[in-house]
Amino acid sequence: MDPPAAPFDGHGTPPHHAAPPAGAARARDDLPPFDQVVVEHGPVVLRVCRAVVGRDDADDAWGDTFLAALAAYPRLLPGSDVRAWLVTIAHRKAIDRWRSARRRPLPVGALPERPDGRPDLEAPDEVLWAAVAALAPLQRQAVAYRYLADLPYAQIGALLGTSEAAARRSAADGLKRLRAALPSEVIR
Amino acid sequence: MTRSHPAPLAALTAPLDHAHLDHLRHSLARRAEADGLLDVAYRTLDSPLGTLLVAATAAGVVRLALPSEDHDGALALLARRVSPRLLHAPGRLDGVAGELDEYFAGRRRRFEVPLDLQLARGFRLDVLHQLVAIDYGATASYAEVAAATGRPRAVRAVGTACATNPLPLLVPCHRVLRTDGSLGGYAGGLPAKAALLDLERRVRAGAG
Repeated sequence: MDPPAAPFDGHGTPPHHAAPPAGAARARDDLPPFDQVVVEHGPVVLRVCRAVVGRDDADDAWGDTFLAALAAYPRLLPGSDVRAWLVTIAHRKAIDRWRSARRRPLPVGALPERPDGRPDLEAPDEVLWAAVAALAPLQRQAVAYRYLADLPYAQIGALLGTSEAAARRSAADGLKRLRAALPSEVIR
Repeated sequence: MTRSHPAPLAALTAPLDHAHLDHLRHSLARRAEADGLLDVAYRTLDSPLGTLLVAATAAGVVRLALPSEDHDGALALLARRVSPRLLHAPGRLDGVAGELDEYFAGRRRRFEVPLDLQLARGFRLDVLHQLVAIDYGATASYAEVAAATGRPRAVRAVGTACATNPLPLLVPCHRVLRTDGSLGGYAGGLPAKAALLDLERRVRAGAG
C-alpha cells in the first residue's frame, strides 16, 4: 500500500511538513528527505512546466528538473528557498529543451476557432492554453514565474537576465495579452 | 497562504490530478535508480501488525519501522544519517515486501534479503549480529544475548540495542525476553511482540 495521498493542491503547507517541536534536537543543517520536496513542490513545478514548455513536453521537463535537483540536492544550503531553486532549474531545463529542439518549430499555438471566426467558448481552457503558447517566451516565463510560482520580480528579472522592472513589464504585458485573447465570457 | 490568481489564469492553476502526479513521482524514482541517484528508497506495506515502513540503500534494507513508530521521523533520520536523496520507490523494496508477506503468512522462517546495518554501531551492532542467530520460534534472554556478545554484564545495553534496532522483524529482537520469561520491551509495543512470538510458535507447532 502506498502512503496516504499528499495534498497536491500546490498551496498551503503539507501536514507532514510541520515545524519540529520547540527544543527538538534537530541539527541546523538538516535537509528534509527529497521525497518531501517532490510532494511539496511537485505541483507548482508541473504548472510552471506546462505554462513554459507546453502541456505536451511538461512531464518530461518536470522529470528533467527533479532529476537534476535530486543530483544537486545534498549540496543545497539548508534554509534555501527550495521553490525558487526548483524554478531556476526548471527554467534552465526549458532553455536546454528549446536549444536541443531548435530544428523543431518553436511552440507557438493558434487559438482554436469556430467556423464563424470566434474563439471556441466550449473549450475556454483550450483557448487559454493556446494563448499562453502564443506569448513571447519572456512574457510566458514572467507570467509563469510570477503567477504560478509566486517568485518576486527581482528574482524573475535575475532568472530572465533582465531588470526587476522589465520582468514586471513582461508579466503585465503577458497577462494583458491573455486577457485580450480570451473572450470576456471566459474571464471568470 | 492562498493567493488569488488573475482571472485568465484559472485553468493554469486548477488542481492537478493526484494519479498523474504519482505517475510522475514513480517515473522520477525509476530514472533516479537508473542514474545511481537513489541513495535511499522507501515504501510502506500492510501487515497484520499495521502499516510498516521499509527503506533500502543499494546495499540492502536499512530500516524497517513498525506501525507504532514515527514513520516521518524515521525518514527524516535516514535523510540525515544516510542521505537526503531519498524517494518513495517501491521497486527496490519488492523483495523484502514479498518476504514479509510470506513471514506473516507463516510460510517463511528466515529472511534472505540483504541487510544494510549502517544505522547501528559498536556494541549495538554486535548485539544485532547475535540476534540474527536466534532461531524462528525460539527465544533468548537479554542476559543470554549479553553473554553471547562476550559482555555478560551488559544486560541493560542489550535491552537498549534491541529497543533501537533499526530493522525489527528482519533482525528478530522480538525473540529476546527477560530471564523470567516475561516479554520485556518492544519498540513496536508489547501486543505486537506477543503476536509475533505467538505466530512463530503456532507455525512451528503446526509444522510439527
